Amino acid sequence: MALKKYVVTRLVTMFGVLMITLLLTISLVGSNMDTILKQGVVFQVRGEITADPSIANSFSSSEEFEEFVQNQIDQRIETLGLDEPWYSPQRIGLTMYKILLLDFGNATFLTSDSGSTDVREIILEKLPRTILLFTTATIIISVIGIFLGAFSGSKVGSVIDRITSSFAIISSSFPVWWIGMLMIFLFSFVYQIFPARATPSIPVSDPDYILSLLYHMTLPLITIVMIGFGAWAYLVRNFMVGIMQEDFITSKKVMGINRKKIIYKHALKNAAPPIVTILALSLSGSLGGAIITEAVFDWPGMGRLYFEAITVMDLPIIIGATYILTVFFLISIFIADLLYGYFDPRVRTGQ
Amino acid sequence: MSFSQQEIRNEFLKSKMGIAGIFILSTLIIISMVAIIAIPSETFSEWNNPSNWISYPKVAIPGWVNLFLIEKIPEHKIMNDPIKKMESSESVSTISHQFVFNFDYDDFPNDFIYEFSAEYAGSPLLEILVIRPDGVQLEILSTSLPNSDLITTHTERIFSTDELIKKKLFLQSEYFNFPVDNLSAEDIVFSKTDIHYPLKGNYVYMINLYGVNSQNQIPESKLIVGGKAFGIMGTDELRRDLAIGLLWGTPLALFIGIVVAIASVVMGLLYGVYAGYKGKKTDEVMMRFNDVIYALPALPFLIILSVTISNSIFVMIGFLTIFGWVGVAKVSRSMALQIKTRGYIDAAEMMGQRKSKIIIRHILPQLLPYAFASIAISVPAAITTEAGLSFLGLGDPSFPTWGQILHDANVYGAASRGLWWWILPPGIMIAITGLAFVFIGNALDVIVNPKLKR
Repeated sequence: MALKKYVVTRLVTMFGVLMITLLLTISLVGSNMDTILKQGVVFQVRGEITADPSIANSFSSSEEFEEFVQNQIDQRIETLGLDEPWYSPQRIGLTMYKILLLDFGNATFLTSDSGSTDVREIILEKLPRTILLFTTATIIISVIGIFLGAFSGSKVGSVIDRITSSFAIISSSFPVWWIGMLMIFLFSFVYQIFPARATPSIPVSDPDYILSLLYHMTLPLITIVMIGFGAWAYLVRNFMVGIMQEDFITSKKVMGINRKKIIYKHALKNAAPPIVTILALSLSGSLGGAIITEAVFDWPGMGRLYFEAITVMDLPIIIGATYILTVFFLISIFIADLLYGYFDPRVRTGQ
Repeated sequence: MSFSQQEIRNEFLKSKMGIAGIFILSTLIIISMVAIIAIPSETFSEWNNPSNWISYPKVAIPGWVNLFLIEKIPEHKIMNDPIKKMESSESVSTISHQFVFNFDYDDFPNDFIYEFSAEYAGSPLLEILVIRPDGVQLEILSTSLPNSDLITTHTERIFSTDELIKKKLFLQSEYFNFPVDNLSAEDIVFSKTDIHYPLKGNYVYMINLYGVNSQNQIPESKLIVGGKAFGIMGTDELRRDLAIGLLWGTPLALFIGIVVAIASVVMGLLYGVYAGYKGKKTDEVMMRFNDVIYALPALPFLIILSVTISNSIFVMIGFLTIFGWVGVAKVSRSMALQIKTRGYIDAAEMMGQRKSKIIIRHILPQLLPYAFASIAISVPAAITTEAGLSFLGLGDPSFPTWGQILHDANVYGAASRGLWWWILPPGIMIAITGLAFVFIGNALDVIVNPKLKR
């Protein structure tokens, strides 16, 4: 019962956060969006009218014609509801409702690779690539990190422990994107093994596309893993150090249970709740961090899309991408919470 | 949980990491002071003004690289302190400026530029000669300055690519044993006479201004022999001296990192302690708000904020703080919850002390070691986040940070062009600054969390 209540409270909070994020995003870009939308209407109406020369011919003077065009524009603005400012409750309500249903409208400047301007299609095209790169990287990082961390945590003070700890501390202060630049310098300038730009040059329809994508993915993947696993190992190590000092581990040691079994079965199991939580968080956190990394490697995913949208102020894409990123982030926080509750009985029973 | 200041200091001095951190940090502070004192802020505010850097070479490698090379790369020379002589007879006055320099490299210079401003009346004759180490004297240019009846100031930059120079040198091709018609001016002037290879030694550039008026003057006179190596740190695509950018980045990075860290830790500490101490409804509401901020995706929001509101560095510091205090608030709340149950807090409450006083007197001091550790630990995050935003081109253009240098490097494809001196130093500086604080933070952390010590 307590678990149910817990889940419901979390869900309500998450939804609240999602709404606040949306509201914040819209209010930050709202005034710009209004201008852009109105300009769009003006262009559209003028285009329609000039496309039919008989309309222009039916007016005697140019003033009269201008007045007609202006009237048409005003009418169109009114039917679209643009005569009210963006912060009016109806407009915000409508925008948020549409976004909730994943209807982001059409992009102003950017298009998908297949040429579509539908924001949903663009995002659907880019999202799998970001997930491919960053989820793969996070999984590799966590596997290396957990084993290295468990190993060095069980042998505090050993050479491997010291190397792991210092590597973790040093690597955490290097920005990933800077290491990325160095990797490009090393592997595509000095040794020409990998391409400098991670966007495959062959079209999506080509059967070799997947292979080419994987080949282009290698350099960013190595970079992210290299910078990421140290911090993970250090984290797991610190949990392990704490757990290895607990009484039940000592008593298991006294009972003469195999050391490896103690580390990987009993100790690691007890360190699992925080580790799983962090894993869930870092999976989504990596999506946000993707913006800069993808910009360096020119990886054609969500991060680069977001960055391009910001540079040209393509507002529908900015709003859509922020929404999707937030949804992913919230879902993973939620899963992390649930997992934590599952692993840690104190939370489950509501104590 | 409680430590005296003395204990903390002693423990800290025992940790090698902590001392290393303090050492790096003091070095960085010294660099910042040197930068602020030695480089006038005018130079630094001109960072994004291309005309300020026009005398500098494009993407020049750092000068010290020559120490490791057998074939020396020509260094860029900017000379603005000529030996000045003045002679005047009854009718003709001669002003002569001499630039003497040693050319000791295995490649030809990129170009040479003479930049001057002359005050004269009439139409004086400007002549440029070069006396080479082998004694050959080459005439480079003789031209008359535009005629003017009144005293006027004429500013000009004479480039080695000038057609007149080319013609003049072609007329003197008998000195050379090889055809010079397709060579550029600097390739002829700096070449040996028998083969086309750079001639090493002392060169003298002589600039003579002949005029009938003895009031003629050359107040500004500058000779640039363009090279491919420059200074300690080299230059970038926009000819900017990277040493200046790197030096000035130090105080900026420290400022951003420390201000953001202190502001967010103080904010989080007060917020968390207040929520934890008050408890009940207040705690619930405050922690829900905390959850909301925690769940906002920070980087996308920082990007939107800097694009739509302002990219001023001070506004940016505020934004970074908004996203920085959340974690500290969570931890200090749970610490406050623990401290609250202690006997002396009960006692203080029973004695009727005010709540604000209990928080300030009895709870906050307990959290100070943790606060210092978290300040140190949050500095690198603030610096890298600012660097990241600058890297995306969202930095404050009036304050060139390391991130912005890297942004320019990325825009001009420095990595795939192999311009290592443009990429390595800013990143290393970011990392070193981060490391200093990580070291200090970790040393403090070990003291605060004794569990990690074993």
